[in-house]
Amino acid sequence: MKLYCLSGHPTLPCNVLKFKSTTVMLDCGLDMTSTLNFLPLPLVQSPRLSNLPGWSLKDGNAFLDKELKECSGHVFVDSVPEFCLPETELIDLSTVDVILISNYHCMMALPYITEHTGFTGTVYATEPTVQIGRLLMEELVNFIERVPKAQSASLWKNKDIQRLLPSPLKDAVEVSTWRRCYTMQEVNSALSKIQLVGYSQKIELFGAVQVTPLSSGYALGSSNWIIQSHYEKVSYVSGSSLLTTHPQPMDQASLKNSDVLILTGLTQIPTANPDGMVGEFCSNLALTVRNGGNVLVPCYPSGVIYDLLECLYQYIDSAGLSSIPFYFISPVANSSLEFSQIFAEWLCHNKQTKVYLPEPPFPHAELIQTNKLKHYPSIHGDFSNDFRQPCVVFTGHPSLRFGDVVHFMELWGKSSLNTVIFTEPDFSYLEALAPYQPLAMKCIYCPIDTRLNFIQVSKLLKEVQPLHVVCPEQYTQPPPAQSHRMNLMIDCQPPAMSYRRAEVLALPFKRRYEKIEIMPEVGQGSF
Amino acid sequence: MDPECSRLLPALCAVLADPRQPVADDTCLEKLLDWFTTVTEAGSSLLLLQENPCLVELLFRVLKSQDLSSRILSFSLRLAGIFAAQEDCFQYLQQGELLPMLFGEVGPLGGAAWTAPAVRSGWIQGLRTLAQHPSALRFLAACGAVDTIFSLQGDSSLFVASAAGQLLVHILDLAMRGPAEGRCSPQACDWPACAQKIVCHIEDSLCSIATPQVTQALNVLTTVFGHCHGLWTQGLWVRLSPLVARLLEKDPVPASHSLVDLLLSVARSSVPSSDRGLWETLAQTLSHLSPTQAGPLALGILKLQDCPQALRTQAFGVLLQPLACVLEAAAQAPGPPGLLGGAAGDPMTVDVLLCSKSACVGLLCCALTHLGLLQPLPQRPSPWPQAPLLGAAVTVLRLCSGSVAPTSDVGGRLCAILVGCGRVQRAALDFLGALSQGAGPQESVMQVFSVLLEYLMSPESSSMVLKKAFQATLRWLLSSPKTPGCCDLDPRTQLFLRELLPVLQKRLCSPCWEVRDSGLEFLTQMTRHWGGQAGFRQALLASEVPELTKQLLQDPESYVRASAVTATGQLSSWGLLAAPASPERPGAQQKSLLVELLHVLCADSEGFPRRAVMQVFTEWLRDGHADVAEDPERFVARVLQAASRDQDWEVRAQGLELALVFLGRLLGPRGSHCPCAVALPEAAPPGTLAQALPEAAPPGTLAQALQVLCRVQLFEFAFRALFDCDRPVAQKSCDLLLFLRAKAAPCGSPQEAGDSPNVASVEATLQRWQAGEQGQPLGYLEPGAVMAVLRSIDLEGLRDTLAESSDHVEKSPRSLLQDMLAAVGVLGENEADCY
Repeated sequence: MKLYCLSGHPTLPCNVLKFKSTTVMLDCGLDMTSTLNFLPLPLVQSPRLSNLPGWSLKDGNAFLDKELKECSGHVFVDSVPEFCLPETELIDLSTVDVILISNYHCMMALPYITEHTGFTGTVYATEPTVQIGRLLMEELVNFIERVPKAQSASLWKNKDIQRLLPSPLKDAVEVSTWRRCYTMQEVNSALSKIQLVGYSQKIELFGAVQVTPLSSGYALGSSNWIIQSHYEKVSYVSGSSLLTTHPQPMDQASLKNSDVLILTGLTQIPTANPDGMVGEFCSNLALTVRNGGNVLVPCYPSGVIYDLLECLYQYIDSAGLSSIPFYFISPVANSSLEFSQIFAEWLCHNKQTKVYLPEPPFPHAELIQTNKLKHYPSIHGDFSNDFRQPCVVFTGHPSLRFGDVVHFMELWGKSSLNTVIFTEPDFSYLEALAPYQPLAMKCIYCPIDTRLNFIQVSKLLKEVQPLHVVCPEQYTQPPPAQSHRMNLMIDCQPPAMSYRRAEVLALPFKRRYEKIEIMPEVGQGSF
Repeated sequence: MDPECSRLLPALCAVLADPRQPVADDTCLEKLLDWFTTVTEAGSSLLLLQENPCLVELLFRVLKSQDLSSRILSFSLRLAGIFAAQEDCFQYLQQGELLPMLFGEVGPLGGAAWTAPAVRSGWIQGLRTLAQHPSALRFLAACGAVDTIFSLQGDSSLFVASAAGQLLVHILDLAMRGPAEGRCSPQACDWPACAQKIVCHIEDSLCSIATPQVTQALNVLTTVFGHCHGLWTQGLWVRLSPLVARLLEKDPVPASHSLVDLLLSVARSSVPSSDRGLWETLAQTLSHLSPTQAGPLALGILKLQDCPQALRTQAFGVLLQPLACVLEAAAQAPGPPGLLGGAAGDPMTVDVLLCSKSACVGLLCCALTHLGLLQPLPQRPSPWPQAPLLGAAVTVLRLCSGSVAPTSDVGGRLCAILVGCGRVQRAALDFLGALSQGAGPQESVMQVFSVLLEYLMSPESSSMVLKKAFQATLRWLLSSPKTPGCCDLDPRTQLFLRELLPVLQKRLCSPCWEVRDSGLEFLTQMTRHWGGQAGFRQALLASEVPELTKQLLQDPESYVRASAVTATGQLSSWGLLAAPASPERPGAQQKSLLVELLHVLCADSEGFPRRAVMQVFTEWLRDGHADVAEDPERFVARVLQAASRDQDWEVRAQGLELALVFLGRLLGPRGSHCPCAVALPEAAPPGTLAQALPEAAPPGTLAQALQVLCRVQLFEFAFRALFDCDRPVAQKSCDLLLFLRAKAAPCGSPQEAGDSPNVASVEATLQRWQAGEQGQPLGYLEPGAVMAVLRSIDLEGLRDTLAESSDHVEKSPRSLLQDMLAAVGVLGENEADCY
């Protein structure tokens, strides 16, 4: 019984579990932090970005000046952004029988796996996960494809050249495996391999293993998974939340009595309380708008944005912001807002009861009705006619490397009246802002991550009492910047087994029983 | 006794003794007992019983009845106690063998009724009232009551158990007050038998291995030393102190809370003057108890007026220990031993701090609270380690916010326990605020401001923590030293203000209304104290805080609107609100705050903002606010008009307060007989009302002043208020009119209008108002008519009537008896008061 660890990112996991003759891939997250090394893709020609000087080596050699550009002391690759894929060499991915998806953020590498590795199995995911995952992929593809870039940089990836580059390019790992974004065709093909499942539905895999998704409380349709045989039980906990937000609450009870609990997807900002951050978000938004400035919120088209809009719905009147327009710009904005209202069975109890009134579960329906919230597929078209300032714009991509957000950064970056508020915790805001320097606009970092923190994990583990815990190595020690915070790590007995990218772990199962079937003939012969 | 009550009493007694009648409610029975207590205190109980034989008969019938309710039985026991408190009446009841039947073993004590806690409680309270004379002591001994009381100390009902302990103390005091008074010999042979018995019981309990018994004994002794002041208490302590000291030898010390209470009670009594050994016991106790248990004892010792210095030092060390440990644990490098005046962190305290989160939080909160309580006391330890304490409070706060990175293992574990702990944060912020009363080295004060700013800025601070942070910040700001030779704020404070105001700005935009409210309260207080300081004015006007504050007048939360009203009122008083005319829109007139506040007063659906507006307007009028001074008459007229229509009586009452200030301005302040004389505050903002209105109108100008009052319709408002259904409003109006009449009396009537038709019509309207028909307006009043009406109304009589409580008729004993009888249908319904 082995665990193959294909991703080093604790919140974008991709692991393969070999269990009872079945090969199960647990999530296939895509690490997009690699895009931070690339120049932004502007929707509108940006003289500033076009005129950035090429980078040359210390000795003056300028052979890389077409590929690498310098901006305020940082060096960026001037090419179509590329993504860091999960390990593909550690295990033959064509042998994977099934892929279990826990939430829509953890399926972004799916087309790379299903379309390019010889994968012939089935993917299991809940309906909201698939629908919203499709929106995220569609948005990503759209963001990248609508700004075609003729140039593709590859020289810098040469190992001998890479070591001559300044950080962080110098330290980027496995750049040779970085890939361009997939196409919509690949997305559609990958999604066609998904079989929809419901919470607590038991799925038999070859009669040897049974897998069951459980509500994880993090996002619409997000799941943890139970993988069990007759005498062994593995729980896979990925991206779970105990906070009362919009999804169905987490099912903890079913995780009890596990032999092994694989724990991933904890909060990326364990020191930040989401409630405090929402307060900070609202206060800074109000302050900026009252001063006549605009607010830019780089975000994904689904997830925390629903909760933010709900908070703002309650807040804007009290803050005297009723006349301020809120814009949500994404190729999938409309679908995202509509999907959120139709997945009632996947929502928390309060929102479910609204459906029977009948009322829309999320109040953003009312914001749209009253014209306080307007959504557009992009900055082109209707938006430019309706655009009114000061305003608040929610748009992607949170990396600030592609999408409509790039335009707003260029447009508003020069004025100190404006503010960019980072709410998504996936990207370092300082790195995201690097190609926009010098920047006059205010930057506020309010990461809202509702996933489990270490205190909650500690309580959860006491409650469900697994025999062994397996987790990414990042969770077994305090964060490097806060090495004294012993409370920012998993503390359990026996100590958690840790893994890192490209590692294979033998899980500590002790097989005591095995169910076997004896053919009558064999039985007669034996006795 | 009122003859009417005497007439009703037999019927009532019959009802009470009749098990078929519904039992009167507890409140009535309590009132009845109160009444009998008053009657017996005023006269002879014996006479009362002889004149009202139904009372004794009631007691007999209660004893005979088998199915009487426990409440009536309890009532009867307490009633008997009240009568028997007088010795002659006690003898009278004894002759009838009534008392043994009530309180002896043949009474309820042995019956089924005893299972009801109310009966046991009544039995104890009856005896407690009865035990006032030597005969009672003999009775208690004869009927074996003391043994029963001993057993009741462990009663399942806490009320009964507590009352039993108090009764024991009372009996002991009564026994020792007699022949043994003045003797402090510890020898039992000198003491009355009853006292001996109780003391022996206490001794036995102290030696018991059962903690509840030890606790009972300690509680009884605590009450003895707290309430009994005879010399015998010293003898008692000499006799019992060895047993108490022996408790300290046990591990763990049993009933430590009660032990601490006892020792502090003894230390506050007269015992220490005769027994110096007490201080040794206290010192031993301090060292035997755990740090958490010893904290309250240490605080108690430090509060004592007279106590050996060594013990004080030891006690102070106990309080400082937890903070010393924190300082040591968080120190980046090994520092000098004994950071807090020799109190280095000891291993025992460290163990408590690290054993669990609840223990750590409990110990730290207690230490911080105790030290905060000690700080302002004159008997606080000297020298007071202000700088290390500041350092410790700052360190605790930093550990809680995770902003300190201790290198030691203990520090790391403490950090993990305390990070994000709101309880400790609140306690530390309170303590830090208390420390603002003392000075500190520059560096420490800088750290204080830095940590306060960190908390005010942090998104992790809860609303309660923020409130405390604002309070502590205000205290530190206001205690900032003034620059010598300069009346303005010192440069450090100004620098801090520049960092603080953006934070306040953000907090005023918080989605949490409690935070917005705390921010506004902070701003109000700061402006009240510093409105005149150039540095503050400059920083505030450069920020958006005044504008944001004004916007909060529209806040959806009424508390916030009320705080915004107060804050804007204060800002406006100091000229900190008026924004300069916009150069882009020179014609655009900014809506004045006066108009906005008047709108709040007229239109706000909640009472709090309207009350706040009235307070602001009253202050403005009193201080001569510029907007008011422009046309005070119009201002008062508009405000009174709005206030008179308000549904909230506090707004109407505040309207009368404003009217009173206006009167004071017109006619001079109220005389010494008036409790709320108008006085200008020392730091009144500049205004022109003082010039607009004379300080006191000379007699010749009274007519003009009355004309003004008539024009602003003050009289209509005051007359209406005189008959207001809310008594405080009517009382205030009465005071106001009396003041006005007194002011006008020496000057004579401006016009003889006593018989004019105008006066008659006013009087008729007032009569209708008094009858509850308040619809008709008074119309315009002539000053002469007003004065005539004022003289014709019996204001003094009205004031006296209003001074009586609204139920003064209904709460008479006669009314009580009638009500109780009416409730069971003995009296006709219309004879009962409705209350």
